[in-house]
Amino acid sequence: MDITVTGAIPYVRNRSNHYIRHMLSSEDNKPSFKKHKRLTLILLCGVIFMFGFCYMLVPLYQLICKTEGINGKSGASASTVNPGMRVDKSRTIKVYFTTTLHGGLAFNFMPLQRAIEVHPGETKLVYFLASNLTGREMTVQAIPSITPADAARFLKKTECFCFTQQYFFKNEKADMPVYFFIDPAISKDVKAITLSYTLFDVGAFKKDGVRVVNKGRIDL
Amino acid sequence: MSEGILDYGDHSHDDHHGPEKGFKRWLFTTNHKDIGTLYLTFSLVMFFIAGFMALIVRVELFEPGKVLVNPEFFNQMTTMHGLIMVFGVIMPAMAGLANWLVPMMIGAPDMALPRLNNWSFWLLPFAFSMLFSTLLMSGPAPDFGWTFYAPLSTTYGPKSTDFFIFSIHMMGASSIMAALNIVVTIFNMRAPGMTWMKMPVFVWTWLITAFLLLAVMPVLAGCVTMMLMDRHFHTSFFNAAGGGDPILFQHVFWFFGHPEVYILILPGFGVISEVIPTFARKRLFGYASMVYASAMIGILGFAVWVHHMFTTGAPYGAQLFFMYATMLVAVPTGIKVFNWIATIFRGSISFETPMLFALGFLIMFTLGGFSGLMLALAPSDYQYRDSYFVVAHFHYVLVSGSLFTIIAAIYYWLPKWTGHTYSERLGQWHFWLSVIGMNLTFMPMHFLGLAGMPRRIPDYALQFTDFNQLCTVGAFIFGFSQLIFLYIVITSCFGKGTGKASSQVWEGARGLEWTLPSPVPYHTFETAPTIT
Repeated sequence: MDITVTGAIPYVRNRSNHYIRHMLSSEDNKPSFKKHKRLTLILLCGVIFMFGFCYMLVPLYQLICKTEGINGKSGASASTVNPGMRVDKSRTIKVYFTTTLHGGLAFNFMPLQRAIEVHPGETKLVYFLASNLTGREMTVQAIPSITPADAARFLKKTECFCFTQQYFFKNEKADMPVYFFIDPAISKDVKAITLSYTLFDVGAFKKDGVRVVNKGRIDL
Repeated sequence: MSEGILDYGDHSHDDHHGPEKGFKRWLFTTNHKDIGTLYLTFSLVMFFIAGFMALIVRVELFEPGKVLVNPEFFNQMTTMHGLIMVFGVIMPAMAGLANWLVPMMIGAPDMALPRLNNWSFWLLPFAFSMLFSTLLMSGPAPDFGWTFYAPLSTTYGPKSTDFFIFSIHMMGASSIMAALNIVVTIFNMRAPGMTWMKMPVFVWTWLITAFLLLAVMPVLAGCVTMMLMDRHFHTSFFNAAGGGDPILFQHVFWFFGHPEVYILILPGFGVISEVIPTFARKRLFGYASMVYASAMIGILGFAVWVHHMFTTGAPYGAQLFFMYATMLVAVPTGIKVFNWIATIFRGSISFETPMLFALGFLIMFTLGGFSGLMLALAPSDYQYRDSYFVVAHFHYVLVSGSLFTIIAAIYYWLPKWTGHTYSERLGQWHFWLSVIGMNLTFMPMHFLGLAGMPRRIPDYALQFTDFNQLCTVGAFIFGFSQLIFLYIVITSCFGKGTGKASSQVWEGARGLEWTLPSPVPYHTFETAPTIT
């Protein structure tokens, strides 16, 4: 029962030579379910892998951000001063400080200086004032962000109030320190850097011993 | 050609039961044609619902200030319109086409996993009922845009966000199962002699799409699961207070989101590769390069996602990489466009409705591709981002791209499916009104965006009024002209078309599905044809 179908398969040359043969027996279809099951399982493994991969993106992202200094991630942990580092007096970079309160947090939070001029390699100490106006005790943390992005990994902090959570009694006020320097390896094009802190209420993510590790904080 | 029609009139298959009667037929069906019909019907209903939402948005933007709805509701409408059009219209329509066509094109009797197929469809009505139920809740429905960026959808998300999250989970499960089924069908059930490089391009593009779906839908599921955990289980994936990062959300979302846009368009490329050769009466130019170009687009789709987030502080090196990778996508896409043009070149062309939509696609999708290239340029993207220029771009590639290909496919295969031809005259009216409406709606948006009108804002500065009014008028022309389409589809389905369709339907049509009678019998290719 051969039936010629002219040009049924449109993609190959010389189409007049192609046939569709209508076969009478199709017993060879029987074991196909096993084949389907096998391939389905393989594909399902791929699907599960991709679901896991989605979660793997989280540490991967943190790692890349930290090594590349993107998105303030490198600014959230302490750097050490390289003993061979020298102060580059020939250049001056202006560092601006800004603050933001997250989600209408009732705090007063501002830098004591709006901006400061720094030579690369020189360590500076600046203070940020925070006062708790919420009327209750609070645990907060400042999250840093540095722009321009390509300067971010050269602004290094040896000590910072942003490394840890900060506990505030009702109506408590404090000056909180940050020691930083700018790595002399920074591009010559950078004339100004902005260091921005956003203060978050971290009451939901409290860590133990918050009160103990607030080094250098001056309670007012 | 008449000798090529396989004889299904001899009742040699009487031992096979026909469909069940009534409602049960649709609920319990495992037949690929029934499920294809279900998908397409679902998509058509969703299309009118989401289109209605778009009209609300356009009415609100007819004049500055409040016209019809308050800003909160406006945000819900833009969000729901986007979500439904992507997940409820384009994706189910493409899945419906795959269900109808893939088995017939490769000479298989049905999909490989028919029960799974039933399940993957029937998840959708429930998923969307859940999404729609948020509109009736006392808090707002999801109002953070279809991209649901954290923290808008986590810290600030309305209570209904949880319903949204679970409906995304269900849609994702549905898509994964459909994709799984399609891959297994194409791998295991090709008729003897249907080698890889003899497969119709539509089958190829769907195979690549299915792999993309399998790869990225789990990522979307993971993404919304992280949202759920942030909202309720004190994790902080996207919350900076707990050490997370909202930018991470955008990376995860767009790692899904960019392949997703190729998922929306690749099957359309396949449809156009079937339609154009038929009406140009020529073999498709460059079949092999079409296949490789589709695969290339699929692979490149994984390496371009940061172009959605150039202004989030990505390092310059990354911006450069993603800019060049994005522009590289223009190469395989260009290959496809030139292949279609070469197919048309010196063909004996006739302009039936499917061909009109295919040609409309070819011109306007290319325009959308060009505005995409403009957006791909990192320096200029800083200017265009989040403006109406972006809205114009993605509507050119989604409306005159994906949607036009779906409409072309319906017009092309409808006589084969239903056995009834439709009024060519009405089809032409539908086409021209759609083209005029669509260009009137979205062309002015380019200029609005370049002039600085931001997207997703229910109000605008006075100088944008004229162009916005043009957009609104165009949207109404486009929206109401779709009723012609509805009329054509319904009349054809219920046997009130203009006449009986021959099995060949179109003079130039080639492929296994055209060897079957019209309307296509309930069971086809129960014994596999051999292709030699």
